[in-house]
Amino acid sequence: MTLKTVHTPLLSVDGLCTTFGSGDVSIPAVRDVGFSVSKGEILGLVGESGSGKSVTLRSILGLSRRYGDTTGSVLWKGENLVSKNEADMRRIRGGEIAMIFQEPMTSLNPLLTVGVQIDETLKSHTGLTATERKARAIEMLDLVGIPAARSRLGEYPHQFSGGMRQRVMIAIALAARPKLLLADEPTTALDVTIQAQILDLILSLAQDFDMGVILVTHDLGVVAQTCDQVAVMYAGRIVEQGAVREVLRTPQHPYTVGLMRSVPENVPPRTPLYSIPGTPPSLLSLPAGCAFAPRCPQRTDLCAQSRPLLATETGQRAVACFNQVKNRGGAAA
Amino acid sequence: MSDAVLEIRDVNLAFQGKRSVLDVLANRPSRDVHALNGVSLDLKRGETLGVVGESGCGKSTLARCIVRLHEPTGGEVLFQGRDVFEPAERRDRTYNRRVQMMFQDPYSSLNPRMTTRQILSEALTVHEMCTEDEVPSMLSGLMDLVQLPQDALDKYPHEFSGGQRQRIAIARALAVEPEVLIADELVSALDVSVQAQIVNLLLDLQERLGLTILFVAHDLRLVRHVSNRVAVIYLGRIVEIGDSETLFANPSHPYSQALLSAAPSLDPDEKGKKIHLGGELPSPMDIPPGCPFHVRCRHKTPKCTTELPALRPLEGRGTVACHHAEEIANV
Repeated sequence: MTLKTVHTPLLSVDGLCTTFGSGDVSIPAVRDVGFSVSKGEILGLVGESGSGKSVTLRSILGLSRRYGDTTGSVLWKGENLVSKNEADMRRIRGGEIAMIFQEPMTSLNPLLTVGVQIDETLKSHTGLTATERKARAIEMLDLVGIPAARSRLGEYPHQFSGGMRQRVMIAIALAARPKLLLADEPTTALDVTIQAQILDLILSLAQDFDMGVILVTHDLGVVAQTCDQVAVMYAGRIVEQGAVREVLRTPQHPYTVGLMRSVPENVPPRTPLYSIPGTPPSLLSLPAGCAFAPRCPQRTDLCAQSRPLLATETGQRAVACFNQVKNRGGAAA
Repeated sequence: MSDAVLEIRDVNLAFQGKRSVLDVLANRPSRDVHALNGVSLDLKRGETLGVVGESGCGKSTLARCIVRLHEPTGGEVLFQGRDVFEPAERRDRTYNRRVQMMFQDPYSSLNPRMTTRQILSEALTVHEMCTEDEVPSMLSGLMDLVQLPQDALDKYPHEFSGGQRQRIAIARALAVEPEVLIADELVSALDVSVQAQIVNLLLDLQERLGLTILFVAHDLRLVRHVSNRVAVIYLGRIVEIGDSETLFANPSHPYSQALLSAAPSLDPDEKGKKIHLGGELPSPMDIPPGCPFHVRCRHKTPKCTTELPALRPLEGRGTVACHHAEEIANV
């Protein structure tokens, strides 16, 4: 996964905004987000809770429509998914673009066997016959590393452990051979050993099927070990994006620097950890200038008045900050 | 061992499984969940002991046993030399005060119908920590201690963020002037930057108040950061225990090695350099014979499948329960 030839992106998102609320209240959860994903590429979306990473993922598939307004463009095969109607979206969801949700405990239907739940996807998105579908279901469970796949098809979700359920979720998501996988914190609820297994699985499937992946996580370690590209979100906007190695080695946005430094890695034991002062702003009353300015050690008067823009050339390093951190000094790597 | 505040001696805990009528008729034994299988450790005064392991390994059960939320089916827990499960000791509420627990989920461990003031005053009055007149000044002192604003006293839990709630939980524990804190996944539900704030607070309070902390967590980086010593638990047994830096730099038990290498590093160049641990934690209802880890171990030999390895000290390392610790360490 070192040298990648330049190809047209699989999915390109531009100016994506999602706003929730009713009447006078409007909560801008995602604001002007743009990125692109190519075949076989894994993009990481990181940020703290409430930074808009999950809503971004849901907005791509139109899952946030019921509660909020989404504008902007999500280009998939030359068509804008934002303006597509519900019927068209249903054909895409689970077919060409699949999603894995965070909680393996609640995202499977407890009343249906695992086999039925895989079959559902195949029935609506492929033209396979019943026997072919069963064969594919067994093949999928095998692929995600569930032993005795044939006999486990008839079992219910409660008969599986957390890690196994997440594997079932992945099997369902991948059954129809999607071209793009959206994974919303797929390993957050799991142990590190199981997390390593699931991430390895996603990594190898992305390679084998040449599938693009958008991985939402709050763990920078997961990004470092899995992703090719990364976008850091803060208060609904992308504040820094670029190749994983560059961003993690030389973070330039003060927020990314702060996040990296909060992780207790390569820090002398039992010394105070760095923590970003203050708390994220309420989306109801965002600061006029840069949203991070009130907590930023590098802020100037300019930051309070106007908002720094993110250069949006795809695949390039982009930082939304007037005073980029050039030299990281003694910060932890 | 005079400096040990808490001594845990060979603690066993089996939760009894339900037997159906059919089981009774067929004379099948009940299927017990063996959560703890002979855990022994000392908690020394003023230290932080980290406890790590996968979910279901018994680390939370151990924490709950220590604060008498579960009664062990075997072994004893000694606090300053006295068994806390003795009937006479059980009636004694001072142990509850001196050893305080803080829970994982900041959303369910505070009563939603009580303000911070009520939550903290309750702790103070139950243990008769001060007279009624002194309560307000004690409360404001506690707020300063955990770095919350004074107006937080009249708010309800839903008005706080996760990090602030954990500060209230810490304040509640500290209100009764404990000597030992049991932190069960205290910061696991928080974002990294908030995590850092709470960990800093905990380290600072430990320094100032001379607290002894048992820090149960699954985030290994965090445990390495806060602990003096670390115990690695697998299926209700300690498989390795020792000085934190030694253990993290050179884990000796194959399970510790795999567990530590599974934690994702921030360095993108580490990609792919890990020991792959296949399979999952076996069910604690059906613990494999011999070394319980042998089913997932890369180094297993026939001896491992039949003989349970005892914990033994290893030269230059911690104490390890593995038949082949020396050979593995030399590789």
